[in-house]
Amino acid sequence: MQDGRLGKQFFSGEVICRQGETGEVMFVIQAGIAEVTRKSAGGGEFKLGELSEGAVFGEMSIFTKSPRSATVTAKGDARILTLDKRGFLKRVHEDPSLAFNILETLSRRVQQLDEKVESLQIAITETISNVGDE
Amino acid sequence: MLTMKLELDDGSRIAVIGGGPAGAMFSYFLLTFANRMDMDLKVDIYEPRDFALIGPPGCNMCGGIVSESLIQMLATEGIRLPETVIQRGIDSYVLHTDESSVRINTPLAEQRIATVHRGGGPRDADRLDWGGLDGYLLDLAESIGANVIHDRVSAIERSDTNMIVSTRRNSEEYDLAVGATGANSTAWKLYEKIAEGELHPELTRAYITEVKLGRDKVDEMFGSSLHIFLLNIPNLDFAAIVPKGDYATVALLGGITEDVLDQFFSSESVRNVFPGIENIGEGACHCSPRMNTGAAPVAFADRFVMVGDSGVSRLNKDGIGAAYRTAKAAALTAAFRGISAADFEKGFSPTYDTLANDNGYGKFMFGFVHKARRMKPLMRGIIGMTSREQKSDDLQKKMSMALWDLFTGSAPYRDVFYRMINPSFALRLGYESAKSIIFKPSAKQSE
Ligand SMILES: Cc1cc2nc3c(=O)[nH]c(=O)nc-3n(C[C@H](O)[C@H](O)[C@H](O)COP(=O)(O)OP(=O)(O)OC[C@H]3O[C@@H](n4cnc5c(N)ncnc54)[C@H](O)[C@@H]3O)c2cc1C
Repeated sequence: MQDGRLGKQFFSGEVICRQGETGEVMFVIQAGIAEVTRKSAGGGEFKLGELSEGAVFGEMSIFTKSPRSATVTAKGDARILTLDKRGFLKRVHEDPSLAFNILETLSRRVQQLDEKVESLQIAITETISNVGDE
Repeated sequence: MLTMKLELDDGSRIAVIGGGPAGAMFSYFLLTFANRMDMDLKVDIYEPRDFALIGPPGCNMCGGIVSESLIQMLATEGIRLPETVIQRGIDSYVLHTDESSVRINTPLAEQRIATVHRGGGPRDADRLDWGGLDGYLLDLAESIGANVIHDRVSAIERSDTNMIVSTRRNSEEYDLAVGATGANSTAWKLYEKIAEGELHPELTRAYITEVKLGRDKVDEMFGSSLHIFLLNIPNLDFAAIVPKGDYATVALLGGITEDVLDQFFSSESVRNVFPGIENIGEGACHCSPRMNTGAAPVAFADRFVMVGDSGVSRLNKDGIGAAYRTAKAAALTAAFRGISAADFEKGFSPTYDTLANDNGYGKFMFGFVHKARRMKPLMRGIIGMTSREQKSDDLQKKMSMALWDLFTGSAPYRDVFYRMINPSFALRLGYESAKSIIFKPSAKQSE
């Protein structure tokens, strides 16, 4: 049912948006999975997570006007629909409730980050206390 | 004097009359907002059709184009039309005049428009591995708690405190009644009992036929493009061939008569795009549905509001998008403001009036297009300007975008109008038209 899909085809490994680029659009995954990675200041790359069908990403650059904070790559073939910034902001201005879904996505992400920070804190505390014990 | 505020609360009951896109989306949004507020509402959707059936009993008769702007809004809302509903993703359209054709690609060269069936499929459909848009939206409303009653509403009355909605079998009391019965129903007679004033919108008859060609042939003939025809046929506003799975839907808008159909199917432009159409003419499924061309002057009263085609639509395009807008505005008002006429005036009217006023610009634009079709140099100018823009990476795509927005419904008519009266736009069109008078094209050409 290839013809029944919207958006643009990305092949496995193809970059959908790149960390550091300016963002004029945000994205919705129509089909497939995408991987989110981030390069650290030291040059190392680490995986932040995976996004599946229906996920919205790239919205942060639209609100903050800052460069993309991570790189998103198709993991397997994926279809991605772009939502353009101007159209989106115009529509949100007319109907602010449209932003609710994005707000929910952002809240979930903050929650996930909180959990990650907490588990990192626990790991660090345990490491320090282990070092202290030795 | 103390007046009781008319508003929904825990346990309030809502009757939605009609489960097409407007009724289903109203119910979906109202229940979504209620869930967010932890409010317990009971929504009954009355819909006699079974959208899983093939042929006329399951179909809400339309061209089946889900506009770029609606796709974008639904995606933002978290509603993603599944592959089983989308018959084809559209990435371009081809504009055909009597003399030539030009292709216009979507802004980001991606499939941003969807074509869908509005029921289980045309009468001669043999594949049942898809679903129609209406069935999908109704399921979506059901999935968050709406109750679908498969029956036709035969009467609505007011009691002192409520609305009484009746079918032949049953009568129920509700706090709010929502009219979502579209343009192809006599339900306005029901509404006259509960609201004062002129509730009837302006309507015109259109024409649709679904021609079965098979997936490969549809691919080969039309690809992922919508084909739009601006032909010099009186009373034909415009016509479109819409590729969908195994079918090509031919939709003609305007005042469609037998004579208009004959002229359209025998036109050289149409035969070039769709060889053999003059012999096929009508597919096994064809209909002449009514279309909303002018807003109903009155669209709400205390405890009552009309959404979708029964009230206002967008002229000649994006009716499903208009259904989304009015349905959502009514749901927002009912959930967060109240359900009195004064509440709908404040919360719902702005959206309703914006659509109604925009159609004024639309009527002007289609009037212009009607006249332009008879002026060959102007048509050549339009095609020439579009074609030049499409071939160049540097030129601003002014005409391409204006035509794109005019025919796909991606922007309000008002925006397109103001872009078109911009002096630099008019100058370029004048230049292209003048050039076409000096260098006349010899035969029908595709640019
Ligand atoms: C020829 C043509 C082509 C079109 N092409 C497009 C297009 O390509 N894209 C687009 O976006 N729009 C298009 N439209 C417009 C689009 O069809 C409508 O705008 C859209 O269907 C409106 O949705 P609705 O829910 O208001 O009404 P409808 O889709 O008409 O749904 C109304 C529902 O109410 C039910 N109903 C009626 N009476 C009763 C009753 N008494 N009790 C209970 N239920 C009842 C009906 O069974 C029906 O399911 C086209 C229209 C026409 C005529």
